[in-house]
Amino acid sequence: MRTPRTVVRYTLLVVLGLVFVSPLVFMLVTSFKTRGDASGFPPSWIPNPFSTQAYESILTAPGTPVLRWFANSLVAALANAALVVSTAALAAYALARMHFRGRNVVFGLIIATLFVPPVILVIPNYLIVGELSWLNTLAAVIIPTAASAFGVFFLRQFFLAIPEELEEAARLDGASPLQIFVRVVLPLSRPALATLALLALLANWNDFLWPVYVLFSPEMQTLPAGLSTLQSANAVRYDLLMAGAVIASVPVLVLFVFLQRFIIEGVSRSGLKG
Amino acid sequence: MRTTPVVAPGDAVSTADSVDRGPRTPRRGVAKHGKVTPWLFLAPYLLLFGGFVILPVVLGGWISLHRWDYTLPGKPFVGLENYQALLDPGSTIYETFWSSMQATGIFTVASVPLLLVLPLVVALVMNQRFPGRNLFRAVYFAPYVLGVAVVAVVWRYLLDANIGLINYYAGLLGLPDDTAWTTSTPAAWVALVGVTVWWTLGYNSVIYLAALQDIPRELYEAARVDGASAWQQFVNVTLPGLRPVLAFVTMITIIASANMFGQSYLITQGGPGRETRTAIYQIAETGLRNFQMGSAAAMSYVLTLFLMVLSVGIFWLFRERKG
Repeated sequence: MRTPRTVVRYTLLVVLGLVFVSPLVFMLVTSFKTRGDASGFPPSWIPNPFSTQAYESILTAPGTPVLRWFANSLVAALANAALVVSTAALAAYALARMHFRGRNVVFGLIIATLFVPPVILVIPNYLIVGELSWLNTLAAVIIPTAASAFGVFFLRQFFLAIPEELEEAARLDGASPLQIFVRVVLPLSRPALATLALLALLANWNDFLWPVYVLFSPEMQTLPAGLSTLQSANAVRYDLLMAGAVIASVPVLVLFVFLQRFIIEGVSRSGLKG
Repeated sequence: MRTTPVVAPGDAVSTADSVDRGPRTPRRGVAKHGKVTPWLFLAPYLLLFGGFVILPVVLGGWISLHRWDYTLPGKPFVGLENYQALLDPGSTIYETFWSSMQATGIFTVASVPLLLVLPLVVALVMNQRFPGRNLFRAVYFAPYVLGVAVVAVVWRYLLDANIGLINYYAGLLGLPDDTAWTTSTPAAWVALVGVTVWWTLGYNSVIYLAALQDIPRELYEAARVDGASAWQQFVNVTLPGLRPVLAFVTMITIIASANMFGQSYLITQGGPGRETRTAIYQIAETGLRNFQMGSAAAMSYVLTLFLMVLSVGIFWLFRERKG
């Protein structure tokens, strides 16, 4: 009775797959419709006529500088990911391999914040960022979210699994702790570093509440905050909104298609030892 | 994975040293690093951690004890007044705050069970070898990488009462074709929960799937030898094996649901009225739009307290049971 079971399984999987894919296809289709076509009824799956009007108009509209948002998002996500990975890796290495008073306290404190709901940080961090004159600058979306407790936890686990003999050998050859870290540990940890970088990149690219409130002028916004601006400026111009949504999705979808193994593995490993 | 050659040998003295000791017997007593070295490694992280995690947690408490208006010069100390206002039915803030807490409660209660069960079903189906498995897994996970803004803007369109795809297909199936998904309750709740399930189902599935694959095959074989049915295997092998991960997923799902913001902000704008304006939405608006930061900080402490109590409850529920 193998075949009928297989047919049932694939039917279910494909139907479920359509539920996940079709909204994204419809987003793409609509972004190539004209204004009238996008708000026509019944909704159609083929643009008629095919048009790039929506892209042209959002890319040139003065109040909604989509290209600028794109650049802001890119700079913020890359800088944030670099900061997350470098600070977490250094800290995780000290916590994994070095012996010092207070190590358990520091590690315990970091882990405890994994369970602190982020809502408690919003108001005070706004004041801190204001005090530093970072409001309405990219620093506000790059730096405050860079202390990743998950990153420290995740990399520490990985470093602990590296055979200590390799570091020992380098140490006996006269390498300093920093040299050992940079030349021995980091090269061996590329998959873990890549996974953490990708997760940080995605989280920053997609972050919504914080940028909406700390980046208030149109030219300073990131894509998600910008989409919200775009929506309030063009309530039912779905052609424009879908074009904006496509521009915001393409980079992450491309990243996902090529690097999904790292992303999915990073997420799935977050549950183990949870 | 490519391995990189280990560091070049150091100066003659230390090389001679290492020969003396023998490479295989590292002496435990010998200091491997200076006393400050670990702190230098930790410094960049701790700077960020202290400044944007520890300090704000403390500062939030301090702010909540003041009438702290960002736009005014004076920030008088008012003691527990902000908290009292939240508990006083006669105050202006009482109604707005508790209706937002209620919105968060409704959303959490409605979404969490679905977000725990549906991904588990999907993970169980995926937990077998068949061609194309990784492709399906990636497809189900894809919405998650898009982020809430894209997801919400797209679904705002699909849920449009007049020209949206959802009402159009509902009509074709003989269902009501004029549901106001974004401007009436309970339809708005169905929409917000549905969109959230669509967005994050793959995330929880992936975590479950990894945990399922960690359950030793022999346990299932032993159960089968004992004549256990598929359901008995699920109850006696799968569920106990998943317990730690179930606790973890329950926890992160509740916290995520209790922090729901983008869906409501972009799909319903908190409406109709303020019915779908969640607590975090209300906190952000109170503190960062109206700049009543003292009051908003008090609200976030109250919400955090609720979440902490809930977390303790979940830990207790999933605790290791003896016998």
